[in-house]
Amino acid sequence: MKDENIKKVLLLGSGALKIGEAGEFDYSGSQALKALREEGIETVLINPNIATVQTSEGVADQIYFLPVQPYFVEEVIKKERPDGILLSFGGQTALNCGVELYRNGILDKYNVRVLGTPVQAIIDTEDRELFVEKLDEIGVKTIKSEACENMEQARKAAAELGYPVIIRAAYALGGLGSGFADNEEELVKIAEKAFSFSPQVLVEKSLKGWKEIEYEVVRDRYDNCITVCNMENFDPLGIHTGESIVIAPSQTLTNSEYHKLRALAIKIIRHIGIVGECNVQYAFDPQSEDYRVIEVNARLSRSSALASKATGYPLAFVAAKLGMGYGLFELKNSVTKTTSAFFEPALDYVVCKIPRWDLSKFRGVDKELGSSMKSVGEVMAIGRNFEEAIQKGLRMIGQGMHGFVENKELEIDDIDAALREPTDKRVFVISKAMHKGYTVDQIHELTKIDKWFLEKLQHIIDIDEAMKKCNINTLDKELLRTAKVYGFTDFQIARAVGLEDELKSMRKASLVVRNRRKNYGILPVVKQIDTLAAEYPAQTNYLYVTYAGVKSDITFENDKRSIIVLGSGAYRIGSSVEFDWCGVQALNTIRKEGYRSVMINYNPETVSTDYDMCDRLYFDELTFERVMDIIDLEQPNGVIVSTGGQIPNNLAVLLDEQHVPILGTKAQDIDNAEDRAKFSQMLTNNGINQPEWSALTSMEDIDRFIERVGFPVLVRPSYVLSGAAMNVCSNEDELKRFLQLAANVSEDHPVVVSKFIEHAKEIEMDAVAKNGEVIAYAISEHIEFAGVHSGDATIQFPPQKLYVETVRRCKRVGRQIAKELHINGPFNIQFMARDNDILVIECNLRASRSFPFVSKVLKINLIELATRVMLGLPVEKPSKNLFDLDYVGIKASQFSFNRLQKADPVLGVDMSSTGEVGCLGDDTNTALLKSMLSVGHRIPKKNILLSTGGAKQKVAMLDAAKMLIDHGYNLYATGGTSKFLTENGIQNTHVLWPSEEGDEPKALDLLHNHTIDMVVNIPKNLTSSELTNGYKIRRAAIDLNVPLITNARLASAFIYAFCTTKLEDIGIKAWGEY
Amino acid sequence: MRNVTLVLEDGTKFHGKSFGYEAPVAGEVVFNTAMMGYPESLTDPSYAGQLMTLTYPLVGNYGVPPFTTEENGLPTFMESDKIYASAIIVADYSEQYCHWNAVESLAEWLKREHVPGITGIDTRELTKVLREHGVMMGKIIFDDEPENVPTAEYAGVNFVDKVSCKEIIRYNEGAKKKVVLVDCGVKANIIRCLINRGCEVIRVPWNYDYTDMEFDGLFLANGPGDPDMCEAAVKIIQKQMSLSDKPICGICMGNQLLAKAAGAHIYKLKYGHRSHNQPVRMVGTEKCFVTSQNHGYAVDAKTLGADWEELFVNMNDGSNEGIRHKSKPWFSSQFHPEACSGPVDTEFMFDKFVEAMN
Repeated sequence: MKDENIKKVLLLGSGALKIGEAGEFDYSGSQALKALREEGIETVLINPNIATVQTSEGVADQIYFLPVQPYFVEEVIKKERPDGILLSFGGQTALNCGVELYRNGILDKYNVRVLGTPVQAIIDTEDRELFVEKLDEIGVKTIKSEACENMEQARKAAAELGYPVIIRAAYALGGLGSGFADNEEELVKIAEKAFSFSPQVLVEKSLKGWKEIEYEVVRDRYDNCITVCNMENFDPLGIHTGESIVIAPSQTLTNSEYHKLRALAIKIIRHIGIVGECNVQYAFDPQSEDYRVIEVNARLSRSSALASKATGYPLAFVAAKLGMGYGLFELKNSVTKTTSAFFEPALDYVVCKIPRWDLSKFRGVDKELGSSMKSVGEVMAIGRNFEEAIQKGLRMIGQGMHGFVENKELEIDDIDAALREPTDKRVFVISKAMHKGYTVDQIHELTKIDKWFLEKLQHIIDIDEAMKKCNINTLDKELLRTAKVYGFTDFQIARAVGLEDELKSMRKASLVVRNRRKNYGILPVVKQIDTLAAEYPAQTNYLYVTYAGVKSDITFENDKRSIIVLGSGAYRIGSSVEFDWCGVQALNTIRKEGYRSVMINYNPETVSTDYDMCDRLYFDELTFERVMDIIDLEQPNGVIVSTGGQIPNNLAVLLDEQHVPILGTKAQDIDNAEDRAKFSQMLTNNGINQPEWSALTSMEDIDRFIERVGFPVLVRPSYVLSGAAMNVCSNEDELKRFLQLAANVSEDHPVVVSKFIEHAKEIEMDAVAKNGEVIAYAISEHIEFAGVHSGDATIQFPPQKLYVETVRRCKRVGRQIAKELHINGPFNIQFMARDNDILVIECNLRASRSFPFVSKVLKINLIELATRVMLGLPVEKPSKNLFDLDYVGIKASQFSFNRLQKADPVLGVDMSSTGEVGCLGDDTNTALLKSMLSVGHRIPKKNILLSTGGAKQKVAMLDAAKMLIDHGYNLYATGGTSKFLTENGIQNTHVLWPSEEGDEPKALDLLHNHTIDMVVNIPKNLTSSELTNGYKIRRAAIDLNVPLITNARLASAFIYAFCTTKLEDIGIKAWGEY
Repeated sequence: MRNVTLVLEDGTKFHGKSFGYEAPVAGEVVFNTAMMGYPESLTDPSYAGQLMTLTYPLVGNYGVPPFTTEENGLPTFMESDKIYASAIIVADYSEQYCHWNAVESLAEWLKREHVPGITGIDTRELTKVLREHGVMMGKIIFDDEPENVPTAEYAGVNFVDKVSCKEIIRYNEGAKKKVVLVDCGVKANIIRCLINRGCEVIRVPWNYDYTDMEFDGLFLANGPGDPDMCEAAVKIIQKQMSLSDKPICGICMGNQLLAKAAGAHIYKLKYGHRSHNQPVRMVGTEKCFVTSQNHGYAVDAKTLGADWEELFVNMNDGSNEGIRHKSKPWFSSQFHPEACSGPVDTEFMFDKFVEAMN
């Protein structure tokens, strides 16, 4: 039974989204909070991630936008005095913080009980040595591993175990700082990095080629255990599970194997003493029933979020209830509502998770996949066969792929090598190899992927080849149906039968196939995910679409009450949890107004794909075809395309052509904003300024344009060959180099070149309009000057350093644009300002990344307002505006460079942050300090290394440097900076660049021996991509886990903040107290 | 692959393709929601007379293990000497298989044993039909032989008699404890679980009178069909109980026969329990277990004799999952503690039985 002594509970969130710790913890935290509130328990949440759903009004009773760090958590405990604390819903961040609070005696001191899994059990699973000992006690095999405290021990251990070995840092999330070493040289390199994250490094025998299998296990305090789901990695051991395609349930295990591992998982969870949920990962020999336990995560994880979505079993919700003292037998299955929560879901479909990478966003990054995680998001596809699921999934990752086949030809020099050394493209390399005649056996030899998976992929190839022998008229009904059953889209089929060449338009060709199959009666059906494989009736609204079926599980009302909200798809750089927040707010508003809320989305990390959040959830693709399928079935009142970021926005015109009722701004107007030429013309007609730009198709045109506007220019290739997508070029050389590297300039692929204005302020306007009239707006200001992508910039709201006149001008332009484009709903405009001149850079007629931030700072839910507008409901202009706020919100960006080996951690015009936080403060300094600490910066203790770039930046940093000296810091500086500081009377120690020789201290040495507490390294220009001195220092800072700032404005602001504000002076105030 | 149609008693039709033995067949159509374990299920004698639908769509992935025999005479990987189910119905048969222990494909095995298998069926929809209507008789007809219509009976057939051994078979002779095992259609792993606990197993035909034999405990095995067809066995159990207090344990059909011997009635469930995820709770405790089940009939616990009580109940539908005598070491479970296939969490039932013999 529930423990009645627990009346108030503190939950720790996971902070900003980062690689290895992303949206899944918004989902698990939100579920836990829901479970607690249902029990009438008062909830307190600490999470600086302002864009999450869990930090929204009504989810927790008190919300603190503070760093999830022992100091701040203790302060909150002191103030709130909770009875209990939940540590397992906020990823490794919350867990580590909780362990520290426990060790420091803080929890005891304030009499706060850890609910669920006891801290000792957490420590037993986190400390590798204890973990192995613990499992040894019950005779469970672990990977033979040596814990090493120094390099010598690591060398010795590796020699004893025999290469290849894997090196891991203890207490690290998602394989941070780990890697495989085939020899001693590699070992030393990886181990050094691992030691920088953790005092303990583990050297283990590598089991490359073994299967990787996971179980999600739940235990209550009465010792009842269940395994909710098992999952099998498509990629064999050696590729981090976060980087692997994952299938649920396992496909290649026999009954004996499945239950052997299941029984072990239960034995382990009992012995460790988990109360709640945990995840057990195995390595499993493909040639026998031999196994090793890889690790146990004594908390909710990415896998548990996936398992919840894959099975319909709400793991986080149940885990929270178990933490409150319930037994599993006291809880109901939340899908059937009648059967018990003590059961193991039976699936009658297959689920396929595919990671989403964004490696091309990072300069210099190592693209090979390995034991450390690099993906930034994931998708989950559901099908009635493997082929259907994986083809759906490969479309969902949103990298221009249409499935396993019929994609743009990949250019691969050495197929064997590309198969052997996995990269983010490997599955497509398999497709290419199969088309080239590689056999399943050959591919298995090179990849070690289980042949069963490869045979299924071969089946897709076979169907494709059969279709290629047909044209649209000879393609028979049976083959067409087979193709649909195995996950082919109309697009793929059209391309396979050569319709693309015939009609010269893929869009038309796809529609021809669509109509043909509809005439044949080949239509998809909608199936439910009901946790019990139809054994019991379930009123569930959790759905997917498939062609492998004869009848839908649900009937459609055709009552025009459905409002479909299109979700945001896979998290990626530039689109993540903030659009999930927008989607959820839209769903809430739709529900509140008495409509049927329908969500289409496929991202298992999100709250919007929680079947509780809407009246009907289609866990399916956001392709034109699938969205049309669902619209055909639902006959909705309308479709909302403006709360899910760019994916739904891009569908607007296509859906409109099919006469789909789009709510809010008209598709034509969306197109008028999206189309650069049309938009630009509109601005000109209205006398609104914009940076001069041109779409150019030849080098001569580019030269002529630059001759006129001058350097620097911003270059945006429309067709990207290698990495970088856009760049600022300051001179002829850089321009030539960049265009050669990145773009193919031609008639078909114009390059957009625009004048780049230096030292300009960047301003954002987020707003909602009704019938072209602005109803509410928020104007915010970047701390960095233009040149840093708005997604990477540090943003303050309300603006603190803008002229009133500038704000007024922005507002005026916003009004004009809203009127011209007849905006009905959310929109965002980006401005550049120098003095009082403002230029429009961009305008999106949809919610932007900053909507949750400004909504929460302003305490006006702009999405709710926008949704009401789109539903045609009356809205009132909010009485409050940004000038009324007597506090400041600062949004800071989280970078994950530590996960992206070799990537240059420098910011540019292309976005590279993976997440963000937003903190409130009574003034800029406290808000900035909180947000900077939240994204991993630390207030330096003593020594700071400065390399402050070009002359202007050097000057800009001078005051900050003086301030540091005044506050007792030691400055170390490289050549030019040192000279400049000395000339200006600022004491500093000259250090050598990596390329310099001499007796003076070397910058890299100081970093390696941890003398330096913080690095400010400002690149001279934004283009140099070769391995420069600056790169080496920046990279070393990241690899050695030393805080790094690469922007002069931000560095100055941060230094000013920590020099003038003490930690103790930061107010511990809940959101509601501002 | 030839086109086939599954026709249910109520006229519902499902179209698919044949991948197993090519002959029409009829039987009781049941569904099983287990996600793996088709070799074990097919060779489980309890499926005799039934067309087994698997709700998990992907079947055949890991092929079929060899029909080898252990030293003790039990098949290494199968639950009996052959396939007992009349047919298998799946959604997406995997023609290619891959496993180190596989020697043939599921299709090859089915063909060898003359058992039809059909694929391409919307087994979820079929399951829903069976769930709403209750289990039904069904026929698999080859579309190119529409005149070839098979017939079969399920109700009123004594399937136990069909699958039980005809002669006494002894295993692990000379072991410390002797267990008489009444073979109603026993799965190999029940015998193995007893052997592994140091028992000699004397496997006798279902209607054999063992009461004058020398043994330490009586084990009532699982089996197919309607327990009311097995009055002979019930009578012998009653005789045994009147003669001695020796431990008795039963599984599945064994639970039903013991219950009948204790005076209870049996009824047919609408669509049975066939899965690996049935939750049961030990009555009067907070102990819960995930169990493997395969039964179409259940004990009406209300009708148990006064000396008896329920030992386990199903947490989903409240049906009986086991009984025990209030004072004597007689107990049984409706679920399968021997698993194979399914979760192994309740193997302690065998321990309890062996302890009771000591």
